[in-house]
Amino acid sequence: MIRFFLGKILWLIPTLIGITIVAFGFVRVLPGDPVLLMAGERGLSPERYAELTHQLGFDRPIWVQYGEFLWRVLHGDLGNSLVTHRPVLHEFLTLFPATLELAFCAMFLAIVIGVPVGVIAAIKRGSWFDQVSMTTALVGYSMPIFWWGLLLIILFSGVLHWTPVSGRISLMYYFPNGTNFMIWDAIASGQKGALSSALSHLILPSIVLATIPLAVIARQTRSAMLEVLGEDYVRTARAKGMPPRRVIGIHALRNAMIPVVTTIGLQVGMLMAGAILTETIFSWPGIGKWMVDSISRRDYPSVQGGLLMIAVIVMVVNLIVDLLYGLINPRIRHR
Amino acid sequence: MTIRSMLLACSAAVMLTAGAAGAKTLVYCSEASPEGFDPAPYTAGTTFDASSHPVYDQLVEFKPGTTEIEPGLAEKWDVSADGLTYTFHLRPGVKFHSVDGFTPTRDFNADDVIFSFDRQADPKNAYYQYAPGISYEYYNAMDMPKIVKSVEKVDDLTVKFTLTEPNAPFLADMAMDFASILSKEYADKLASEDRKADINNVPVGTGPFEFVAYQKDAVIRYKANPDYFKGKTPVDDLIFAITPDPAVRMQKLQAGECQIMPYPAPADIAALKADKNLTVEEQPGLNVAYLAYNTKQAPFDNVNVRKALNMAINKQAIIEAVFQGAGQVAKNPIPPTMWSYNKDIKDDAYDPAEAKKMLDAAGVKDLTMNIWAMPVQRPYMPNARRTAELMQSDLAKVGVTANIVSYEWGEYLKKSKDPARDGAVILGWTGDNGDPDNFLGVLLSCAGAESGANRAFWCDKDFENLITKAKQSSDMAERTKLYEQAQVVFKEQAPWDTLAHSTVFMPMSKKVTGYVMSPLGGHDFYGVDIQE
Amino acid sequence: MADTTLTPGTRRAQLAEFWFYFSENRGAVIALVVFALILFAAIAAPLLAGHGPDVQFRDTLLAKPMTGNAHGHFWLGTDAIGRDILSRLLFGARYSLFVGFFVVVLALSVGVILGLLAGWFGGWIDTVIMRVMDVILAFPSLLLALVFVAILGPGLINAMIAIAIVYQPHFARLTRAAVLGERSKDYVMAAQVAGAGNMRLMFRTVLPNCLAPLIVQGTMSFSNAILDVAALGFLGMGAQPPTPEWGTMLSEAREFILRAWWVVTFPGLAILITVLAINLMGDGLRDALDPKLKRS
Repeated sequence: MIRFFLGKILWLIPTLIGITIVAFGFVRVLPGDPVLLMAGERGLSPERYAELTHQLGFDRPIWVQYGEFLWRVLHGDLGNSLVTHRPVLHEFLTLFPATLELAFCAMFLAIVIGVPVGVIAAIKRGSWFDQVSMTTALVGYSMPIFWWGLLLIILFSGVLHWTPVSGRISLMYYFPNGTNFMIWDAIASGQKGALSSALSHLILPSIVLATIPLAVIARQTRSAMLEVLGEDYVRTARAKGMPPRRVIGIHALRNAMIPVVTTIGLQVGMLMAGAILTETIFSWPGIGKWMVDSISRRDYPSVQGGLLMIAVIVMVVNLIVDLLYGLINPRIRHR
Repeated sequence: MTIRSMLLACSAAVMLTAGAAGAKTLVYCSEASPEGFDPAPYTAGTTFDASSHPVYDQLVEFKPGTTEIEPGLAEKWDVSADGLTYTFHLRPGVKFHSVDGFTPTRDFNADDVIFSFDRQADPKNAYYQYAPGISYEYYNAMDMPKIVKSVEKVDDLTVKFTLTEPNAPFLADMAMDFASILSKEYADKLASEDRKADINNVPVGTGPFEFVAYQKDAVIRYKANPDYFKGKTPVDDLIFAITPDPAVRMQKLQAGECQIMPYPAPADIAALKADKNLTVEEQPGLNVAYLAYNTKQAPFDNVNVRKALNMAINKQAIIEAVFQGAGQVAKNPIPPTMWSYNKDIKDDAYDPAEAKKMLDAAGVKDLTMNIWAMPVQRPYMPNARRTAELMQSDLAKVGVTANIVSYEWGEYLKKSKDPARDGAVILGWTGDNGDPDNFLGVLLSCAGAESGANRAFWCDKDFENLITKAKQSSDMAERTKLYEQAQVVFKEQAPWDTLAHSTVFMPMSKKVTGYVMSPLGGHDFYGVDIQE
Repeated sequence: MADTTLTPGTRRAQLAEFWFYFSENRGAVIALVVFALILFAAIAAPLLAGHGPDVQFRDTLLAKPMTGNAHGHFWLGTDAIGRDILSRLLFGARYSLFVGFFVVVLALSVGVILGLLAGWFGGWIDTVIMRVMDVILAFPSLLLALVFVAILGPGLINAMIAIAIVYQPHFARLTRAAVLGERSKDYVMAAQVAGAGNMRLMFRTVLPNCLAPLIVQGTMSFSNAILDVAALGFLGMGAQPPTPEWGTMLSEAREFILRAWWVVTFPGLAILITVLAINLMGDGLRDALDPKLKRS
């Protein structure tokens, strides 16, 4: 068991090294000289240019820069943003709660709706519910979510005025020393109306971000359920006269959940990609929007650090899913 | 309509419950996040709006709505007869803000002034590079290391600046954002606690607003400084709601979520003007967009060719199609809000027939040229590619084939500086301090032709003499006359086609009073009030 | 899937069987028709469109759908600079379909070659290739594509290349797994004993037998590529204006979302319908090709 876990973790090391090379290398080959961009129309004298390039370390050999990068990363230092001059890790951690809150909410919606819909669709296979829900799921799966978000804004913010257009909470609420998890802060502050304000800001982005995972989970749950329902032991249990509710509850559902858990894990990477678009549409101050901004501003260290952090997070989540999978499904371990 | 009014009622109710105690709050929907709260290392207006304008003061300041200089932290100043020494007499009794972990024990004095400049000039100063990557680009860009010889303390309330040569724009430079005065006491405290970088996170100044908090990419909060030396500002709280999308800013303004916003989308201006609850103020921006010919390259070294091309390009069409009306045709290299702008200059009229004749007369046939168009949107130029496309079709009408070239922005700036550059380049400039030298000296001097900042590589003796004399004189009337003459020379020689000055719009709620637009493009909320 | 020699007769029989299962899926057949229509619209765009995609009618800015004037009829309205939206959408179909096709071909060919190499030779070749694929897959695809485009410079071709790079590990993994499965089978052994070279074995013998999962993955990538290129366009990193690419159109339309719903609605709808049709076809394909799910 422990060997299985250790093996899994060791296996990640080459990938991790690869990730650092990619994060570092990409950013080096990005066209555009950040020093020149900093100066804009005002320009720089050649001496000043050389001085700044040296200051930022861009004039040293590439492998030296990589070595330093790696060394600093191992010490938890991702460098400083070229734009704000603040530590990249600090910027990442300030914005990460916003993305995490959004992703959590989206995943919650996707699971709470997706799994039951998938199960019911499988049990009532061929019914109108099955057909409608699966068609809807396919539409959701095909959805350009950046457009979907705009449509929701037009309807709920523009026409109905039910939800705010952007932001995380009404400006009237302010939580000094907050955790930046707005829902949590709103509850902890005890201010009247704070929670509902935070929720009303969160709802549309969550729906948008949940759309594709929800569709995938519903479809996956249905097909996993169908497969399990066709297995011998379920048929046996049924033939023995076990009430259908128990058959589904005890045998089928538990076994069907194994592939579903994997699917959910795989959605984490998708969720990050979705966050880039969702956060851009709703001006949500999180990691996705920060990455897009950093790329367009050629903020090398931020792009580099962000790529690294995101890849590591995705990897860790996948690892956890893998391990969970090993726990639920003992067959895997001995392969 | 009913839904709309219900919403208004709702938001009003929310404001009433939340804004207890009747504190007045002004909400500004700003267009982007500030890079930091120390103005000196940055050059972006967005950053100054959030740092130097609300929080800090300078020795001298721009009189609201103008580019004229008035006393700030210095009550008065003397300039020596040779123009080399500036002595500032500081205002007594000015208090710095208190923030978490810092309460000032003394009033503002000469040490703060020395510190604020010394850290930018002296590599040995502890704050010369207080965080990795910090460098004082504006200080360098304004040539301060060359101009300023020394800054000395005469007594607690007197500071003496010695210059290397007479430099009339120097006083205006002292009103710029990089010249903001920071608290030395605060800086020392941060240094002793080994958290110098916090000077960029939690600013302490003497300005009309005290910094309260910043939620990255979302909200900045300030409160009124009750001890401000010009008197407390009417509102109690100032909030910047960072809203990058212009359509969203507009919606928030219309819904009453904020009272004032910058940079509306040009397409929305008509709708904003039509809104009964809003007023839209407008002003020409302190900028110019131009097409600079390479005057060292044939046939553009011939003034008649340059003039002919200028006459072939329909600038009014550019204003309509690219600026969508939010701009005006430029005839001079400096914007009309700037002093010494020469109103009497006559622009070369759009006349393709005459242009063709002039080209023929100059012996230019089947000319093929490059037009450089930058890849990014700038305050003075919403869309350079579209501008270039319009020029392309205009020039085709006089038999000139134009190819549009473009590079990534950093490359563009660099390559366009090369004297061997092939073709004319679209570029522009936004003023820093309201002094004409900031345009004419930077963009059109012989030194600029050497360094490349003068993208036309145009070095004209008459012009050079005029602007040098104007720079060294401290007599305003004389300077004005010299700059007016310089503009005449410029127009005769036509190193550029002056394209446009953009117009800046500022929509705000009718309840907002006392807001004055700055010709320098910054947004300043001192003295702004909200009528209930 | 038991028979392995591909004589013309069995191929026809396979095709018939395939069509039988595919046509059972009503949605897939409808999708096929819709897709054919979109394809037709793309090819015949110059004939169908009432106006040029870049023609600006400066006196009819943001005209509502179903309005017309002296210039003609604007079925879906005009955009901010007076261009006919329907005409732009028709021409845009070319870009989207081309993008999907190009990305799949590129990702498929590179991925299949890498997967074949990895699966067939094993050893360090396998390790290196698959590690590199792992690294690519560790990044969210859209983010990686964004960085690639930032390196290559914004533009439609670069966006397509970026997305193809990000997609090919899926093909490589699938091919490798299939090759590993097929390698030890009798027919491969037999061919090897008969003296067939590596190349011939890989491409002529093994590859055709791994086609089913690749085709399914291919259709999925086709629709995802259209979505992702549109997303890049929306973020300003894909096709550049005035290209009538759907995502780019949406990005240009964003500032009008609260004033001119049609500018925003139709390009997105076009993307949705196209992607949905392809995904429905993909479902049908999978049902028809995958024997395991066939009868469920």
